[in-house]
Amino acid sequence: MTDAARGLPYDLQAPEQRDYFDRYGDGLVAILPPQRPGPTGWGRGGPPHGGAWIHVGTHGRARAFTGKVEVGQGTRTALALLVAEELGLPLAAVELTVGDTDLCPWDMGTFGSRSMADAGEHLRATGAAARSALVALAAERLGVRAPEVSLGDGVARGPSGSVPIGELMRGLRRVELASPSARPRRPSDWKVAGHAASDPGARDVVTGARRFTSDLHPPGLLHGKVLFPPRYGATLRTVDLSAARVLPGVHVVHEGDFVGVAAPDLLRAHAALRAVRAEWTGGPQPSEADIVRHLRDHPAEGEDFWDVIDHSVGDVGSAFAAALVSLRETYTTAYIAHVPLEPHAAVAAWEGGRLTVWLGTQTPFRARDALSDALAIPPSSVRVVVPSTGSGFGGKHAAELAVAAARLAKATGRPVRIAYTREEEFSQAYFRPMAVIDIRSGAGQDGRLTAWEFHNLNAGSAAARTPYDIPNQKIDNQPSESPLPQGSYRALAATANTFARESHMDELAARFGRDPVEYRLCHLADERLAAVLRAVAARAGWVPRPAAAPSASGHGEGIAIGLEKGGRVATFADVAVGPDRRLEILRIVTGYECGAIVHPANLRSQVEGATVMALGGALFEAIHFENGRILNPRLSEYRVPRFRDVPPIDVVLLDRPDLPSAGGGETPLIAVAPAIANAIYDATGRRLRALPLVPDGTVP
Amino acid sequence: MTSPEATAPSRNSLALRVNGTVHPVPVDPDRSLLYVLREELGLTGTKYGCGEGECGACKVLIDGVAVRSCVTPIGEAAGRSITTIEGIADGDRLHPVQEAFLEAGAFQCGYCTPGMIVTAVSLLDRIPRPSDVEIRAAMDGNLCRCGGYLRILDAIERSVRRSAPPAGSAP
Repeated sequence: MTDAARGLPYDLQAPEQRDYFDRYGDGLVAILPPQRPGPTGWGRGGPPHGGAWIHVGTHGRARAFTGKVEVGQGTRTALALLVAEELGLPLAAVELTVGDTDLCPWDMGTFGSRSMADAGEHLRATGAAARSALVALAAERLGVRAPEVSLGDGVARGPSGSVPIGELMRGLRRVELASPSARPRRPSDWKVAGHAASDPGARDVVTGARRFTSDLHPPGLLHGKVLFPPRYGATLRTVDLSAARVLPGVHVVHEGDFVGVAAPDLLRAHAALRAVRAEWTGGPQPSEADIVRHLRDHPAEGEDFWDVIDHSVGDVGSAFAAALVSLRETYTTAYIAHVPLEPHAAVAAWEGGRLTVWLGTQTPFRARDALSDALAIPPSSVRVVVPSTGSGFGGKHAAELAVAAARLAKATGRPVRIAYTREEEFSQAYFRPMAVIDIRSGAGQDGRLTAWEFHNLNAGSAAARTPYDIPNQKIDNQPSESPLPQGSYRALAATANTFARESHMDELAARFGRDPVEYRLCHLADERLAAVLRAVAARAGWVPRPAAAPSASGHGEGIAIGLEKGGRVATFADVAVGPDRRLEILRIVTGYECGAIVHPANLRSQVEGATVMALGGALFEAIHFENGRILNPRLSEYRVPRFRDVPPIDVVLLDRPDLPSAGGGETPLIAVAPAIANAIYDATGRRLRALPLVPDGTVP
Repeated sequence: MTSPEATAPSRNSLALRVNGTVHPVPVDPDRSLLYVLREELGLTGTKYGCGEGECGACKVLIDGVAVRSCVTPIGEAAGRSITTIEGIADGDRLHPVQEAFLEAGAFQCGYCTPGMIVTAVSLLDRIPRPSDVEIRAAMDGNLCRCGGYLRILDAIERSVRRSAPPAGSAP
């Protein structure tokens, strides 16, 4: 907390004003300047960024700073590898600082698979600038020309001598500005990145020493609880706080619609909340039974977590008129919950008018802004720190909890922790939006697609475009008034859109008696995606078949592909449907290509994890709701994948050192559901067009 | 660690033996073992995940058997030997299961890991050479939302291979 009192956050100071050398000692600092058009909104040419910075110190260690955060996806090590590569240091000599708004570059948030694509490139460019300076210093020290110097293992080597990088830093206090044109090392030359690496913080995980937000316990801590509406759409009419107020040690805070309590121990905080008597008002809310009609009948303006797509090529109307065969189907996906194993948690503490909030969040700078607005203090008076976080999956963007903790801490003059119960996590978070997707396709007698109409209702535009070469297309999406709060989720709409498109492609292949792999390949314009499909078909031992012909054995195979956020995926599923119609997933093969691979083991781990997560939404996850109330807000009522649900998963990674690295955390989810749906069709002849496919484990 | 307001008279306290140390804690039917470990003894390696015994993040060993501490009333744990994740290693020397989790890279966010390790330690104490079916059955009450199940299975299989010679091998 002493750091917090020191002064302005780095991102709000000019680089020359920052106290890098007082804080970290002599050495070299390289800074990639930010591109930030303002606190909100994207600049031209894509999302803005806050740059990156790296300090190289006298012990031959480097500290790199990025605005992205680590919530369990492993980017901390992957990004550190890129820095180590540029600086010629071993991985163990690089420490990455993430998730601290006082020290890190501004960033809009860790979502959309941008950590490798953006932060990775920024750190490489910053590292390249630092490397140039290190090489120049070494050349001078060794009395050789710069091109004769090489860096590696923390040492600068010339033709006939060497000097440790740390030694070059003695007595130096230099700041280098990195230029975006700085040339980082080519992935094909990588010595550290792209190779096996171990996570330096791993030991604390297996000993239980790692502290998550919900584990933090500053002296004087109070436990906070917030009064939430019992259903969506309800507003507070009257509240009687008298019974809560008389409980010993309990603080009650009532500001506008906010009612919160704080107590020295959690049990008393719960008791205080139970003692609050509240009456709520609010009209009826849509229920699950009418949801598709509700979404169709209630178009809305778009929300900020998705883009609207309105893509048109050729002349769809004429193409459908001329098509010999046309097919029209609707596909849906349910609302599902992120269920991070660590529920949302925040700890807030004030010190001398400055607020620090430890928050498990994917968007610390957005939280800083929200805290600044809600508490009417400048952003420079707020520090948000992201401790180890028990996963996010797109679900940890909101700042309400941080604001609530800050209000309670301010009112009580003590640090306050709020951690959701699992039921609060289900009821107060937001969900992956439900999707209703209408597809109409037209083809010639030979099966060649000529017309494609794709309309996504409510779920968003991610991966809505088709990777197939179709001359006439109309692809759009329409946001709806959702009866449940909805927002970001790992791969968001890409899962729904890919499920719809890849199911439909399989239906077309069946209609025309074509092999599902061959039918896709003959329409596929993207050579990278075709390569992934071929690799997976080969690994899976795919035998070309004229069409899915339901087998008496109940055994079936399905394949699906997807392209999203720069990554290409193909998934194969092998299933069995028993005489009791029970579905068993026998095997999954997933191939993934996302350019140059930076951290192979972590990428593999992400692909496996994404596949497992996708199994839940594909097979059985669904939020049930009625009149604004969540009916299954407990893990005993909302099923997520367990050990018994996980088949062997064979991951095929395609490395492309000639291409920039894209993210690996999201896109590997998107082809799992359609691969399974296609396999179920292959096994039974039943085409399932709604996710989850088998809520009770059996094929309907 | 216990706040002064929460301290009960000593006649209403019971002795809780955790990782070899005896702690007097107040008798209170509302307090789960998880609550006391985390909030009163500061042993935060054991995690809250659901409060209803569904996720396994809160598992600890009681007399060597993995139990869900969130649904274990404090009274049931009194007088027995409790081991939390903090007590699994022998000082600085990691337990073979912990070593295997590190080797296999068997976690992403790490929040489920303590419960997973405790459950695996309990399994291998009971069945030193479990089959794949036995491993999955023992672990099925533990959730990993990052989807690291296959690596966790790999870690447990590594521990098994290390601790037991393959069947039929000569001495």
